[in-house]
Amino acid sequence: MRKRLLHIALLCALAVPMLGAGAPGSRFDALGHKLMCVCGCGQVLLECNHVGCPDSDREITELRTEIATGLPDTGVLNWFVAKYGPTVLAAPLRGGFDIVAWIVPFAALLVGIGLVVFFIRLWRKRTPPNPNGQPEPQIDASLRDRIRRDTTY
Amino acid sequence: MLHPMPSLGSFAILLALVLCVYTLFSGIVSLRALAVGRQLAVAPEALRETSRRAGIASFIAISCAAFALIWAAFTNDFSVDYILHHTNRDLPTLYKFSALWSGQEGSLLLWAWLLAGYGFVMRIRDKADITLHAYASTILSAVQVFFLLLLVFAAPPFAIAAGPLHADGFGLNPLLQYPEMVIHPPMLYLGYVGFSVPFAFALGALMMRYPGEKWIHITRRWTMVTWLFLTCGICLGMHWAYAVLGWGGYWGWDPVENASLMPWLAGTAFLHSVMMQEKRGMMKVWNVWLIFATFMLSILGTLLTRSGLVSSVHAFAESNIGNWFYAFLLIVFVVCLFTFLRQRDHLKAENKLESLVSRESSFLFNNLVLLTACFTILWGTLFPILSEYVQGSKVTMGPPFYNRVAVPIGLFLIFLTGVGPLLAWRATSLRSIRRNLLLPCLAIIVSAVILMITGLRPWNETDGSTGAIYSLVCFSLAAGVITAIVTEFLRGANVIRTQTGKNLLTSTLLLTRRNTRRYGGYIIHFGIVVLFIGVAGSAFNQSRELEMSFGDSLQIGSYKLVCQSYSQDSNPNYDTDYALLDVFHNGKKVTQLSPERRFYNASQQTSTIVAIHSTLARDLYVVFEGRNPETDKPIIKVFLNPLVNWIWIGVAFVIFGTAIALVPPLKPATRRAEATEDSHLGSRISNLVSETAFSRIATGSEAPHA
Repeated sequence: MRKRLLHIALLCALAVPMLGAGAPGSRFDALGHKLMCVCGCGQVLLECNHVGCPDSDREITELRTEIATGLPDTGVLNWFVAKYGPTVLAAPLRGGFDIVAWIVPFAALLVGIGLVVFFIRLWRKRTPPNPNGQPEPQIDASLRDRIRRDTTY
Repeated sequence: MLHPMPSLGSFAILLALVLCVYTLFSGIVSLRALAVGRQLAVAPEALRETSRRAGIASFIAISCAAFALIWAAFTNDFSVDYILHHTNRDLPTLYKFSALWSGQEGSLLLWAWLLAGYGFVMRIRDKADITLHAYASTILSAVQVFFLLLLVFAAPPFAIAAGPLHADGFGLNPLLQYPEMVIHPPMLYLGYVGFSVPFAFALGALMMRYPGEKWIHITRRWTMVTWLFLTCGICLGMHWAYAVLGWGGYWGWDPVENASLMPWLAGTAFLHSVMMQEKRGMMKVWNVWLIFATFMLSILGTLLTRSGLVSSVHAFAESNIGNWFYAFLLIVFVVCLFTFLRQRDHLKAENKLESLVSRESSFLFNNLVLLTACFTILWGTLFPILSEYVQGSKVTMGPPFYNRVAVPIGLFLIFLTGVGPLLAWRATSLRSIRRNLLLPCLAIIVSAVILMITGLRPWNETDGSTGAIYSLVCFSLAAGVITAIVTEFLRGANVIRTQTGKNLLTSTLLLTRRNTRRYGGYIIHFGIVVLFIGVAGSAFNQSRELEMSFGDSLQIGSYKLVCQSYSQDSNPNYDTDYALLDVFHNGKKVTQLSPERRFYNASQQTSTIVAIHSTLARDLYVVFEGRNPETDKPIIKVFLNPLVNWIWIGVAFVIFGTAIALVPPLKPATRRAEATEDSHLGSRISNLVSETAFSRIATGSEAPHA
């Protein structure tokens, strides 16, 4: 019965991708959220809400123009970096040392997980199986469940 | 010219400094004498008592200084430079209080005041353990001395304004003139400052080689209350950013925001891992360093935002107090390291981890994920400096970086939130895992399928954004975690219902009262998951901007906004431009919104007041951005933000859960009285648990409900 339920769940999961398409996203939106407003407000370009901001309108126009020239995403972003410097990018995307920014957090997590697993295994090996040195009494499963139920709360 | 209140304030700070220096040195001398059994001219116990009393008196002195500054704000004493630059005559009374923390000097005074307040409470409640409290009091006084030195030499709040007396002040920053800003900074500071107390106890306990884990019991409430304040402070800040800044979001990954999140993450890790020390005498070194790190992160956050090391839109950047914080941080680190190296043999664990699949290892992974999140934020905050050093050019670490890196880590954390509490201490059997995880796993799968059927299909996102996939994973995991939590409540309540014959609701309440920590913790987890659900909704935000004149309409989602009128108003503090917009939902008028844009006369600055129509499903968020200078037409920006309300609901659950966890559980005697109806069952259980293997199950070493 459980296997059947699992099969049904898997089938449903596989069937869902075939249920039609959603609305396509906008390239302008995507690129506009990868750029910063350069006025110093510290906001993403398309989220800058300063009326009379000296920079955001110009930047948005430039973004539309660059997209219209047919440049790929990287080309558009490089154009902005060349004009405004690397701080115009909302995140470091230039390759080279910028990649370190992305790798280090995940590397730290992986190293941490590795260390935790390593130490648990090490400690497990060092722990004697039964500190009292006596064989544990056999307990059947139903009794174990009853003890849990009756004593936990 | 005589300035009585500023003089009183300055004198009070100086007096507080003298008292704290006395507390520190008399504390050191008396505790050293007591530790080595040396005789002094006065009895060490008496000296220790004078140290405690001087610490208490320092709170009174700093309170006088804070009162003097507030008094100066209320009486428009513009001879005080700080009051001149942060208030004005027409500032509403409520915001005169805010003046206390609206600038560098005042916020440092607030810090010192709160620290003294914590110290005051700690020193008058020293009966639990006089010696340990004396150590903690001495360490806390050292921290107080640092902040008082800052107030005396680097950032005096009562400095007299140069030149002729001004008739009016320059006003409070408009962004701070919002009701939440009256409580957000004190809450945040109560959180930051509060971590000094568990830090002082941990360091004190290590210095005196305090036996056992009693210091953890003493500090548990301190830590939880502090954590609660910091949580409230951060969330109030989020709500303020959402309601005032007008960019449609609540978290911008600004360095100031990051600075508050780092100690919160480390403090959360400490609150979890400390349970392992309490229950099993493990991870002592880890816990000590975790609380050291939490305290140092509070200081580091302040250093980052006040030294000008990183730029922030709402930091007190480029001030001259950065070096003070560098020095203090270095001293704290050296003292912690020295004490640890000297006393590290005292921190030997009594037990070792036995299984990868156990409650202990889940705590360890939980700590790992929380600290990785903390490290990621620190890394993101400091990477621009590193990049400048290595590449010669700064980079921006904006929302795209954090959303891509921190969100997966957050999702992993939700997963652990669900799984961790279902595992047993020491080791969990495969059967137990299967039994406990079956329902949550089913909930995850079913919810994912339902969400995909109803239209959440990340593979249709053509712009390469990861928001939809993250949201799908978050919603599904949340369903699993909520199922796990509800199952845990029901399982426990059913046992009580069977034992006592009471109904399910009463049984659930009784269950919670019997183990407030555990079930309060579950409610906190529930709140965090609900908060994540709210955050996940941001992947589907929509926005539109339009110049709207009378009668114009704007459609966004299922909402239509029709402009009814524009108007202007003014009061002595500010002039305001506002719009009146009728809001229709599916053709039916639901409300009228009036977003504002204010111009503050004293500071000559503008500020937005956002209008929000909030429902459980979504927020309609309307910003009056101003007028187009060419056409003079008002510009209205509208956001449709799904599920935002769930963030605040989640926070309410977190607060409620923490309050529950702080309540002492029912005492065994009370519990026994309640169980008289089934007394024979109790005696049977007593017989069973007397056997070693059985007691292991009953006390939780094998049971998932320990």
